Amino acid sequence: MSPNQTASNSNCPESAKNEDSKDSGQSFLNVLVLGLGNILLSDESAGVKAVEELQNRYDCSDAVEIVDGGTMGLELLPYFEGRSHILIIDAVKSGNEPGTVTRIGDPPAFLQEKTSPHQIGLPDVLRIAAITGSLPRNVILLGIEPKRLSTGLNLSAEVALNLNRLVEMVVAELDKIGIKVQSKKSNPTNPGVIGNVPGNSIEDRKNRK
Amino acid sequence: MEAPLNAQYIRNLILGAHGIFDHIVHFYHLCALDWVDIVSALKADPKDTADLAQQLSAWPKNSRHEMKASQDRLKTFVNSGQLGVYASGYWGHKAMKLPPKVNLLAFSHYLQALDYQQRINKVVAILGSKTPHIQNLAVGGVANPINPDSQSALNMERLYYVKTLIDEIGDFIKNVYMVDVAAVGAIYADWTTYGKGVTNYLCVPDMPLDTAGTKFELPGGYIANGDVSSFKAITSFKDDYFKENVKESIKHSWYQGDWDRHPWEEETVPNMTEYDENGKYSWVKAPTFKGKPAQVGPLANVLCMFAAGHKPTVKYATGTLDTVNAVLSMLGSSTRVSVNSLHSTIGRIAGRAIRCAVLHDALVSQWQVLIDNIGKGDYATYNEPVFPKGEQMGFGFHEAPRGMLSHWVVIKDGKIKNYQCVVPSTWNAAPRNSEDAKGPYEAALIGNPVADPEKPLEVLRTVHSFDPCLACAIHMVDSNNKKIVKVRAF
Repeated sequence: MSPNQTASNSNCPESAKNEDSKDSGQSFLNVLVLGLGNILLSDESAGVKAVEELQNRYDCSDAVEIVDGGTMGLELLPYFEGRSHILIIDAVKSGNEPGTVTRIGDPPAFLQEKTSPHQIGLPDVLRIAAITGSLPRNVILLGIEPKRLSTGLNLSAEVALNLNRLVEMVVAELDKIGIKVQSKKSNPTNPGVIGNVPGNSIEDRKNRK
Repeated sequence: MEAPLNAQYIRNLILGAHGIFDHIVHFYHLCALDWVDIVSALKADPKDTADLAQQLSAWPKNSRHEMKASQDRLKTFVNSGQLGVYASGYWGHKAMKLPPKVNLLAFSHYLQALDYQQRINKVVAILGSKTPHIQNLAVGGVANPINPDSQSALNMERLYYVKTLIDEIGDFIKNVYMVDVAAVGAIYADWTTYGKGVTNYLCVPDMPLDTAGTKFELPGGYIANGDVSSFKAITSFKDDYFKENVKESIKHSWYQGDWDRHPWEEETVPNMTEYDENGKYSWVKAPTFKGKPAQVGPLANVLCMFAAGHKPTVKYATGTLDTVNAVLSMLGSSTRVSVNSLHSTIGRIAGRAIRCAVLHDALVSQWQVLIDNIGKGDYATYNEPVFPKGEQMGFGFHEAPRGMLSHWVVIKDGKIKNYQCVVPSTWNAAPRNSEDAKGPYEAALIGNPVADPEKPLEVLRTVHSFDPCLACAIHMVDSNNKKIVKVRAF
């Protein structure tokens, strides 16, 4: 696999290569937005927190199902079936500044590493879905560069401050597919998962000392 | 602290269903591709494959039509250019020995197993509220209300659905999984001579049958030096033989100090230094039982239950070995296998299939005792716990899919003072201990053949045979290296 075949790192989703425009006229839309990650390991949870934020801030049409995939493995397979598009949202380590957002246009090829010793993970699930014919051609991975993966419930300041970018990137990707999402009216009782003051958790304050 | 009978049975059902799910997924979706060359399956004749399959088993989904459909699906997949997602698989590797028809048969069952693993996992989800990470456990019982007449409680409709799922998976285990393992094991019978590793085997009794946990459906204990006659049983949740003999060493682990301690006395203070194979080289501690490393997992469990004379275990272990010998004789080989052949890489894979069948029998009987107990009018699932004051030390154990799991806690004035988990992959992936004795993975890799050092398939075979639980909590993607290199043992 050549490196340029995969990720174009960008803070701006529009600048990413759009290989999917040819599918925009597809007759049915059934989109899975899948947030992945372990919420106990600080920035590892970015994917899950991004989809929670998406749900808090936007009304998506019935053509979109938003799923918190947590650390599921094979259990993800039933969620793949019958989709026209899958957007996977996850922490992605690309060696950039923490908080940088990334778009990977062909995650199955990108994740083709086979010989990992661990139990079923995302690459295995994508492989199995491909072989059983339940993987749509349009699978896109949207990620954010983590800073900290230690035990903890909070995102690092860098990731928390840029999580909106990741959420906007998902919205832009949905728009490209042909799905308009409606912004919810501000709801003071539901400030969203990032909290009102990003980067101001006890842990972040300790780190600044 | 005792748990009501219903709570014990419900926990036992979840435990058995989860073990079966894990064992099936491990064989078909994690380790089979170390032995099965799916590209070769394209060359098979579906009719020959179906003939062979029907000779081995009465499974209805072994028809020529079924084999042809699987092969067509594989062709579509390969022709679509998506084989790239398997590009680093070891297709055509010299160590792959199955003929095309066996590869096609295994691939067909790989697809069927995707369906069946989902069915048994439903049992876990129905009783545990969700899966993974069940939500129904409580200190003192379970949070499942039982009411045969209520739509919003565990009722007869749900319980009979659970029974249907248990029966379906039983057919798959006995007619497909066990047969495939025996057939693959026979063709790879040379692997009964590799991967023995540490032959001290440790497991714990599980599936308590009374409220206090003094009688168990499945026995457990310890075997020293692979000698089944040395078996000593662990008989209760409070057994001193278990409690006093577990320790961990950190001589070769990245933690501060160099000690051998009982879990209650331990600390976990990371101290990462450089990788030094003569010094500290692992994040994994080195657990010991009676001062020696021990192998845990389905094989340890099966050998101990066999030694204890547990009838279903003896039946399925003997049955599996008989099937392997029948296939060997069908192949015209003079090799024969016995219980001793189980001390090996392929033996660990066979042990898992045997345990899976034993768990299924246990599941059937646990479902029945639960129904009988509810039939007596007992709906209790929870006893309110009373936490004693002062400093308390406790431990709990469970025979998890990957082997014996124990948690150790010290509570002082209502707060946790120390908590240590000594988990299956720690036992098996352990570095050397304070006496420099190797852990099970390390020992099992010695003498393992490697036909092509660039493609160390045989190393994967042995490591995968333990069902390692590594990096399972990190789901991050690394876009530069492609490999997810974080490795942790849980």
